[in-house]
Order: sequence, then C-alpha cells, then structure tokens
Amino acid sequence: MRIAVASGKGGTGKTTIAANLAKVASQDGRRVVYVDCDVEEPNGHLFLKPHIEERRAVGRPVPSVDLGKCIHCGKCGEICQFSAIISIRDKVLVYPELCHGCGGCLLVCPEGAISEVSREIGILETGTAGSIEFVHGLLNVGEVMSPPLIREVKAAAPDGDLVIVDSPPGTSCPVIESVREVDFVVMVTEPTPFGLNDLTLAVEMVRALQLPCGIVVNRAGLGDRDVYEYCADERLPILGEIPDDRRIAEAYSRGELACQAVDGYDAVFVKLLADIVLQEPAPRS
Amino acid sequence: MPQELVVISGKGGTGKTSLVASFAALAHKAVVADCDVDAADLHLVLQPTILQRTEFSGGKRARITRESCSGCAKCVTICRSHAIQRDPEMANRRSVTFRVDPIACEGCGVCAWFCPAKAIEFAPAVNGEWFISETRFGPMVHAKLGIAEENSGKLVTIVRSQAKALARERKLELVLIDGSPGIGCPVIASITGADLVLIVTEPTMSGEHDLGRAAELAHHFGIPTMVCVNKWDLNPEAAARIENRSREHGLQIAGRVRYDRGVVDAQINRKTVVEHLRNGCADDIRSVWAAVAHTLRCPGEPHAHANA
Repeated sequence: MRIAVASGKGGTGKTTIAANLAKVASQDGRRVVYVDCDVEEPNGHLFLKPHIEERRAVGRPVPSVDLGKCIHCGKCGEICQFSAIISIRDKVLVYPELCHGCGGCLLVCPEGAISEVSREIGILETGTAGSIEFVHGLLNVGEVMSPPLIREVKAAAPDGDLVIVDSPPGTSCPVIESVREVDFVVMVTEPTPFGLNDLTLAVEMVRALQLPCGIVVNRAGLGDRDVYEYCADERLPILGEIPDDRRIAEAYSRGELACQAVDGYDAVFVKLLADIVLQEPAPRS
Repeated sequence: MPQELVVISGKGGTGKTSLVASFAALAHKAVVADCDVDAADLHLVLQPTILQRTEFSGGKRARITRESCSGCAKCVTICRSHAIQRDPEMANRRSVTFRVDPIACEGCGVCAWFCPAKAIEFAPAVNGEWFISETRFGPMVHAKLGIAEENSGKLVTIVRSQAKALARERKLELVLIDGSPGIGCPVIASITGADLVLIVTEPTMSGEHDLGRAAELAHHFGIPTMVCVNKWDLNPEAAARIENRSREHGLQIAGRVRYDRGVVDAQINRKTVVEHLRNGCADDIRSVWAAVAHTLRCPGEPHAHANA
C-alpha cells in the first residue's frame, strides 16, 4: 500500500505522523519505505536518523546552443512558453532556471543547433533507518522548481509492503507531484480556523486528483469543533486523533519519535496504522 | 518608494500569519499582501471586504479537439509531461483519439505546435483570482490559486506588484508580505528585491534545520534578514542555540515570542493576537514589531533591545 501524508497548512504534523507510522509499521516485520517528498524543507531524516548509503546529484535537461549552426531564425524563442530561451540578433540567451525541460526548442530548431545538457537542481539520498528504507531529496537553495526532483525521489523509492510519502505543505504543483499515484492520502490537520481553511483546499485538491483520503486531527483538544463538523458534512473519515500534548511537542523539538519517547504513544500510532491500512482500496478488477 | 517586509519561515506552521496579522494592526500606513496563494489564511483574521477581483492567467493549456484528432499519437511521443492519454470516452470506438490531462499538463505547447492535424487548441488558462480589499487596518491584496493549478510564483508576483502600486497610490510607506513555507518558487517570488526578510522559526530540530535553508535563500538573493523564535519556551536551550547561530551567520535577532494558547483563541475570534490579548505573548509580538520597524527605518543599525 502506498500512502501519502499531506496537509494544506504547514506545521500540522505531517512528518510526526509519517515518521511515527513508519516506525511502528517496521516493528511488526513489514517492509516499510519512507519517501520524503518535501525537497524544499525535508525533516524526516531528523527523526528517523537514517544511515545514508547513496548520494547523487539530480539534474534536468536544459538547452545548449551551438552558435556555429544557429541561423537566428528565432523559432526557439517563439515555442518557449517560459521565456527560458530568447534569440536576439547574433545571440541566443538561455535562462536555465526558467526552463521546464519540455524539449520544444530542440524539436523546433531547423538546423539541429540545440542539444541538451544536464543542470543540477538538487541531491538525492537513499539509505536505511533500522529496517526502514529511506529516500529523500534536497533542492538546491535558490532553485525554483521542485517537481522534477520530487519525481526522481519517488522513482528512487523501492517497493515495499507500506510506502509512506511525506508530502510538502500547500496545495499546488509540489504537493500534486508528491501525492499522485498513491493509493490513499492521509490528511493531517489541526482543529483551528487556519487548519480547517487549508484542509478544505487540500481536500478539494485530492478530490480533483480522484484520490481517496481520510483525516487525522492532530493537537486534538486545541481550538474548536469546526473541523469535525466539516468532516461529518463532507463524509470524510476521521482516522485518528493525536491529543494536544506538550510532551509530544517537546519530544518533537528534540528530534525524537513520540512512539518511542512518550509513554502510551506506541499504542496510539499502532491503532492509527491499523485504521489506515483498512482504508486500502480493493484492487481494480 | 514603499518598503517591503516579507515574513517567511522555511518550515510551515511556525506562526507567520499570526505575526503578520498582528503587524498589520501595529503598523500604521501599511498595505498587507498575502503571498501564500495556495493556502492563504490571513483573510480569516483580517476579514477583508473585497473591492475588486481579477482573474489570473499564469499560462496556457492544451486541449485536443476530438473531432479533429487523427489519432496519430505524435503528441504522445513528444509530450515529456506524460500528460496525453487515450480518450476514455472513445475507448469503444474503432478510431483512437487522445485527450490532455489538465493536471499533468505544464503548458509548454509543444503538442499544439507539432500536431499534424492542427487538432490541439492552446489558449490561456484561468489559474486563479486576485483581490484588492479593505480591512480594518488598511488595504490588502490577496489571491486564491485555483484547485490543482500551477504558476503560484507568477500569482505571487502579481500580488506583490499590486500591493506596491497601491502603497504608492495611497502614499503608504510599507508593504507587509505574508510568505509561504518552503524555499521554492512562491517563496523566491515573494522575497526577490524586498527590503527585509523576517524568518519566523520555532525551537525544534525541524525549525532550526529549515531556518538554515530559508536564511541561505535570503542570503542568496542578498536580502537583509532578521530572525524571530516563536514558542521559544517549548525548548529554551534550542531557542538560545538558534539565536546564537543566527548571530554568527550575521542575522539580526528580532526577539522571541512565548508559547501561548491565546493565539488560537484569537484566531477563533477572528482577531489578531495584539487585539485579542492584553499581555503575555502580545507583549512579545509588540517588541518584535518594534525591532523590525526600527530596522526598516535604520537599516544596518542594531536596535536597542537587540540582545535583550
């Protein structure tokens, strides 16, 4: 089963939930894979403390122009929707950070003057944390586009009994790239007005992607009851609640897993995991 | 020329929006800009009245006209976004046609350019909406990115430039920008060329790790940066360590804000923290604002409480 742990709002506890679930799932002999797709600000490694076994640079294709062959027809600039390549008089300017790597300029050039070179956008690391297989990516600072790196992180993840994708916050392209092709989305929220507002946006997003989802209410006891009413109205299953407990926040601040560091929480996450696994959609016939 | 202050965090949920809302109440003469366009929350507290709404088109999108599609599959072979699929509604017909998955489509237009049957339309897509509004503290510019839409960076750029234009028009001195988490496209769009970045962090390993990357980003774009540790009393040692390391890296400390459940009460009451609470963390926020306002007025000169 492949699950993604997502949330509209940041800081609701995605990594806490994802890392604790990975830990308890690995304890009963399941082959668990943890895939940290928050390549802008990955945090899973701070809690799972993996031993990194392989590290490689991830690049993406950008155009390189052979000025000896270029006839300055301007077609490359015309097809490019991202202003990443512009032909002016005797020059061709390439802005690699704007390039989406669509390959249009390469195809349209009548002289075959454009080839592609790889430009590094980040680092991919794989390793193990106990029996958990671990993958994450680190976007280079200053790099605009994270989805291509997220794609590589997902592609590098081995198969397992339970694959847990830790998604970035928000509802736009990086999140969509992270949650696509999972079996189920676990949406983490907190019972506050900000939590609810961003949850509704995130739920609309997963519905647009036609993915099933369920809710985990983190910091339960804080705030108000509006999140619960929304879930009832929208028929969204509440998979579990994690109480607003200062001990969890303190364990988190030290980079410790609640299921190991705080009494009673191993059982809480074992139960949550069982409820999530029950949500696995039946295989399509 | 109005100044721009951008509040970012790296890690989400550290308190950016609660802080910006309070700053809006404390700063007179500011335009507020919510640049967290894919999960905007500031409007929940500032309760803006929308005066003007405008559709946002960040790019184009391809659409195949079924009647014209010859089924040659040229588009399938050249689309690198894997956005072209067999049209499921035509599955039982003898002829094969294709459709574009609007979510996977990145809007490069390569399919439309090369389609031999000229069956692919490539027209501007509506990706969201942006608003000019009025709040109890002054004008506000904000936006809503459409569901599962792209181009958040371009929408951020529009919100910023509209806020700046509004500040000039109304002769206001400051644009107060609520940024988004992370260090990618929307964050870069919200900080480039700004006068000051305030990074809000929390005393946790994640907060510290993500602060490092956010500070590196601000440094990359050459923007002066201040740091505020929110919920500092959750882990006082970590808070002190973060402040020390920040100073070592040439970042100014704007102050600390204590953990206070009143912050959530303020949210529920649709009030800013400084309106809702008399003291406690509201005092902390006032002193952080004083430090930030001082730095905006006198860049490079440390404020009186810098090391308090």
